[in-house]
Amino acid sequence: MRRTPRLVAALAVAAALSTAGCADAGRNDPGPGATSAAANFPVTVGSVTLAKRPEKIVSLSPSLTEMLFAVGAGKQVAAVDDQSNFPADAPKTSLSGFKPNAEAIAAYAPDLVVLSNDMENIVSALGALRIPVYKGPAATTIDDTYRQLDELGKLTGHPTEAADVVARMRDEIGKLIQDVPQRAVKLTYYYELDPTLFTVTSKTFIGSLFTLVGLENIADPADKAGSGYPQLSAEALLRADPDMIFLADTKCCQQSAATVSARAGWATTTAVKNRQIVALDDDIASRWGPRVVDLVRAIVDAVTKAPA
Amino acid sequence: MTTAPSRLRPRWLLAGVASVVVAAVAGLALGPVRLPPGSVAAELLNLLPGVRIDSGLTPPEVAIVTQLRLPRVALGLLVGAVLALAGGTYQGVFRNPLADPYLLGAAAGAGLGATVAIALRGGSSGDETASLPATVPVAAFAGALLAVALTYGLGSAGGRERSPAALILAGVAVTSFLTAAQTYILQSNVQTIQEVYSWILGRLATDGWHDVLVLLPYAVGMAIVVLLHGRRLDVMTVGDEEAAGLGVHPQRSRYLLIVVASLGTAAAVAVSGLIAFVGIIVPHTVRLLAGVSYRSILPLSMLFGGAFLTLCDLVARTVVAPAEIPIGVVTAFFGAPFFIVVLRTAKRMPV
Repeated sequence: MRRTPRLVAALAVAAALSTAGCADAGRNDPGPGATSAAANFPVTVGSVTLAKRPEKIVSLSPSLTEMLFAVGAGKQVAAVDDQSNFPADAPKTSLSGFKPNAEAIAAYAPDLVVLSNDMENIVSALGALRIPVYKGPAATTIDDTYRQLDELGKLTGHPTEAADVVARMRDEIGKLIQDVPQRAVKLTYYYELDPTLFTVTSKTFIGSLFTLVGLENIADPADKAGSGYPQLSAEALLRADPDMIFLADTKCCQQSAATVSARAGWATTTAVKNRQIVALDDDIASRWGPRVVDLVRAIVDAVTKAPA
Repeated sequence: MTTAPSRLRPRWLLAGVASVVVAAVAGLALGPVRLPPGSVAAELLNLLPGVRIDSGLTPPEVAIVTQLRLPRVALGLLVGAVLALAGGTYQGVFRNPLADPYLLGAAAGAGLGATVAIALRGGSSGDETASLPATVPVAAFAGALLAVALTYGLGSAGGRERSPAALILAGVAVTSFLTAAQTYILQSNVQTIQEVYSWILGRLATDGWHDVLVLLPYAVGMAIVVLLHGRRLDVMTVGDEEAAGLGVHPQRSRYLLIVVASLGTAAAVAVSGLIAFVGIIVPHTVRLLAGVSYRSILPLSMLFGGAFLTLCDLVARTVVAPAEIPIGVVTAFFGAPFFIVVLRTAKRMPV
């Protein structure tokens, strides 16, 4: 059901996308936030300066909502957008991050608005109302996630917690990657964004995670435009014959191993024959927040169990 | 009448069948993935009982031929035939060279009906590869019929002096109104926008045989009824009074043909979305080439319509491979310039 916003997000990512290298998740040094023992206001991050600790934050980005709660700023969040469904105690409202309404946001009298996309010039509209805005665009590498966690920690007065979250994520992802069994021939995969065969290449944030785990993306040759989000034809997909299929459209579009296997011709693919269809949680798979660790774990689990 | 309507000439029938064969072969042999034509032919022969040839294709490649291309070519032939036949029928019934499912509002009405059906479908699967709910063709039909009735009613408000333009203007007004209603429903059901949008632009889904089987009974039924009325349409071109004098009930035939053509249009729209211009290009080309008798226009429109749409679909799925462009874009790309030519010559063309 959330397909349209997700595709919009994908396009926004595509627009902002340059080349994303492999994230250096094995590193273990703590982020810069860890060194600042106490939160001191006023604080400046980029172009945002806050005179005192924000107590009425509005988040228009599900990923940033998850980050705010992860760094311990959950109690300071006054309202989150209609797509922010995690954690469960986030104060979900009808605010939209895709069609943001400055008046509706201002009604919450926020002292900080965090968002990922400057849709419909909302940033300048909020600026005119003298509401500070932090923009954390869709990550292109895992380091963007760490940086945004760090910056949100500083802005909300939780720099130490944020540094802890980042250190824990680096540590867990590093361990997960280490435990992946080595293979002589790389497994190939297809990552499904929606049933019309929109997918990601290894140049995207999601794709970079799969590269970390040692998988090869079948969509890379198809992305002549370099958007990172090509649409495959059914013919191209069957010809590529992926070893594994990852579904990021299980919630939006009710796709499953059963529906994929029933598609015309798909039963002949290696992934379907070997039952290597992995249903992911759409939300986790489309966000770049702290639950990226869960996504990497899901990928690693599937790859570890896959036949050689 | 200046030219005496002639019967269907065998050489044109032959040309029509040949065009279908050429389109089918091209549609099967070519696609975003390059397969050796010999192997494709071998796999098609393997479909015949008792034939077993080693084509050298991997199982997924065999599936490309037999489970993706074959049903898609069949669907292209069927949808093209239905739309072109419906266009030819509307042109005869309304005695208007510009009548086609698109301009009369039938397609927009069918689109609105189908959108309502998709939007109201509880717990939307959001999956256009899933089977169409059985209600979609029915809802599309209701919408199509309503639209044609509206257009006809509005267009004939001017009485017997009505010009061909009045009917088309009425069709444009009805189309705008129905499209607005459809947009409103879409906006209030955001989760279906993507699904309906790709469908609005027209597409032949790569979905096995399901869509073919949905459309087939409508196509066959429509073809039988319409082709049997070829002579009546010819008689009706001389005018209602004269037709009545010749023992034809023009109004009864007219209603029957409108219902049947709308039903066929609705079924085609339900499976393939809104594919413009096939209904107007094809019958007019046939009229220009093979004569003005509906006894030749109707069957030839069917054949050339199927071939035309299959070739357009081939373009749609190969030019930006591995992605696809909506087939409606391809037909409109060829259709719009043609439409201008038709407009320029319409006055001289007996319908």
